[in-house]
Amino acid sequence: MSVRLKTLAATTVLTAAIAAPAIARDQINIVGSSTVFPFSTTVAERFGKSTDFATPIVESTGSGGGLKLFCSGAGVDTPDITNASRRIKSSEVELCAENGVNDIVEVKIGFDGIVLANAVGDAPVELTLQEIFLALAKDVPSGEGETQPNPYTMWNEINPDLPAVKIEVLGPPPTSGTRDAFAELALEGGCKTFDWIKAMKKEDKSAYKSLCHTVREDGAYVEAGENDNLIVQKLEANPDAFGVFGYSFLEQNSDKVQGSLVGGVAPEFELIADGDYPIARSLYFYVKKDHVGVVPGIEEFLAEFTSEDAWGEDGYLADKGLIPLSDDERSDWAEKVKSLSPLSM
Amino acid sequence: MINFTQEAGFGLRRRKRAEARFQWAGRGAILISLAFLVIMFASIIGNGAGVIWQSQIAVTVDLSAEEIDPENIGDASFNSLVKKGLRDAFPEVEKRKEKKRLYGLVSTEAAFEVERQIQANPELLGGMQTLWVTASDDADLYISGQVDTDLPEVKRRVSDAEIAMLDKLLEEGLARETFNRGFFTNGDSREPEIAGILSSLMGSALTLLVCFALSFPLGIGAAIYLEEFAPKNRMSDLIEVNINNLAAVPSIVFGLLGLSIFLGYMGLPRSTPLVGGMVLALMTLPTIIIASRAALRSVPPSFKEAALALGATPVQAIFHHVLPVAMPGMLTGAIVGMAQALGETAPLLMIGMVAFIVDVPTSVLEPATALPVQIFLWADAPERAFTEKTAAAIIVLLTFLILMNLIAILLRRKLETRF
Repeated sequence: MSVRLKTLAATTVLTAAIAAPAIARDQINIVGSSTVFPFSTTVAERFGKSTDFATPIVESTGSGGGLKLFCSGAGVDTPDITNASRRIKSSEVELCAENGVNDIVEVKIGFDGIVLANAVGDAPVELTLQEIFLALAKDVPSGEGETQPNPYTMWNEINPDLPAVKIEVLGPPPTSGTRDAFAELALEGGCKTFDWIKAMKKEDKSAYKSLCHTVREDGAYVEAGENDNLIVQKLEANPDAFGVFGYSFLEQNSDKVQGSLVGGVAPEFELIADGDYPIARSLYFYVKKDHVGVVPGIEEFLAEFTSEDAWGEDGYLADKGLIPLSDDERSDWAEKVKSLSPLSM
Repeated sequence: MINFTQEAGFGLRRRKRAEARFQWAGRGAILISLAFLVIMFASIIGNGAGVIWQSQIAVTVDLSAEEIDPENIGDASFNSLVKKGLRDAFPEVEKRKEKKRLYGLVSTEAAFEVERQIQANPELLGGMQTLWVTASDDADLYISGQVDTDLPEVKRRVSDAEIAMLDKLLEEGLARETFNRGFFTNGDSREPEIAGILSSLMGSALTLLVCFALSFPLGIGAAIYLEEFAPKNRMSDLIEVNINNLAAVPSIVFGLLGLSIFLGYMGLPRSTPLVGGMVLALMTLPTIIIASRAALRSVPPSFKEAALALGATPVQAIFHHVLPVAMPGMLTGAIVGMAQALGETAPLLMIGMVAFIVDVPTSVLEPATALPVQIFLWADAPERAFTEKTAAAIIVLLTFLILMNLIAILLRRKLETRF
């Protein structure tokens, strides 16, 4: 083949590759939350092995990033499913609608507890939500209607019963969904125990939110990155520090770290499932209804995910650290999924 | 008159001491960086070496014709066969919760493994057979001695009951550690005991192939034109400055570019090595151009001039006489660029290659992930047994990086002529 012919052939191949239209997919494409990732991938793997469908591809993009991709269009070149460690926002539903994604099926899959843990050693610490708020908020109340920059440096300054160690909490950065949930459930939960702040919610919502959700930046709260394994390692090295991370990491590392009791409730599987443990959030995924029947296997994948074998109390997802919904809720959601009933906000 | 002996010797001892101090400081600096390197390697190898061994448990399964139809092997329920085999080995286990623990000793993959062994060797059918299956990750942690039995039971991943069962199996020779071939032949998995690196290794190889095929010819072409043919004016200065700037642009920017152009505008499929390679090619292009230009510049001008004097056209002079001499230097630059690309994750995040992919990709149009991404995903997984896998994957990545750099050095040593 002459050089010229070779060049011609190479150019043709390259042009063909570039000009090729979006290739039809034969596997489900899932994006979204890194918290739901371990569960979604487990189901995907089993689904791929036990059926004739291709194993779905699961990307870890974060809840916000996943919903953005999901809502970017209705075509088959967009993801079919997005995982989220929080509920979809109305602004995101609007974005979806703008881009032609109208029928979204919502599936709530279970709970994830957020724990405040330290290295094993002395007995676990008992905290209340108010104490967590006072330890970690940027501004704290100094009287009726007054706030001051957080003055606490030691745990026993907040409550004399707490240990006399420096407040040092390692947790995820603001980009993380875990951090959002922690701020909403733990900090805001402690914040509104002050009556005048609770009253403020109605009058000035944004001031209320900034007071209750802003984490201190003077070094007591250390942003330790998105990797929860790293936080566990750091806690091992520093017995005085506490860490904020997901329940599954506590379960896997129970020989190294222990969870603090919050409001008198320990972060244990049954207690989180019953809703007694106060810092627990719901996990979801969202499906494009229009893709059902277009991309093969979506219906079967949904059936696998919502089977008792997977998300039930003794299912394989519970082994992976997912805290199951109650029996009633499970059958409700499974029914909704089966009929593909669209999301209502 | 100046006394030179005296003047030259002025403060000699002090100056020599300063020299000795400087040399010691230099040795100290090298020693410290070496120590860090040794600590890093020791900790990674210490963590990852265990991956070579994998625990297996022997299960006696009933393969008689009542359980499995020899005509239709795939229809049998291998899961219940394995469970029954385990129950027969421990007849005293009756409670539901204990049974769950018993079944948890073997990997969820065990049923598939039994099926594969039978498919590969149908003579096994027709009676009781003792087959080896992979142990679960927690059982593996205990068998390889990574569980501290002195801790109270609640603080361990492996309960007393499970330890008793495993001890019994070990005593009877029904549990063993074997060479972990699966780590090199399996794709990714959520079960640490069967997770392997083949899918990400293939993904990396395909991505680098695309990257090399695009960036090497383009980079060399651009370098030759810029160095030998381009008129020296404002325009070429501007291009030169921009190429040098591009080499320093953070890699995530190239990922964003890939997202909007290759995926958005051209509509190429997401998560594929084709797009990954194209993005990485953009990233390595400046490195290759800069290295290639340096290689061309190091060829003495007399080569080209002699060729021109004998009647060669400029293109002939370059391609027949300058390029062959400069090639080793260019290849070295390309390999160093490829090694950089191999370790890159940030741009791949944007184009969907940070993903869970089980199937081993066989073409550049199939979804794939890359080695550094695999390390990132495993490091983030809650299961304890993934720590070992993460370290082992790092060893594999480092081995490839060292190999590539070694090839670059050898090429330079062997082929480069000095003038």
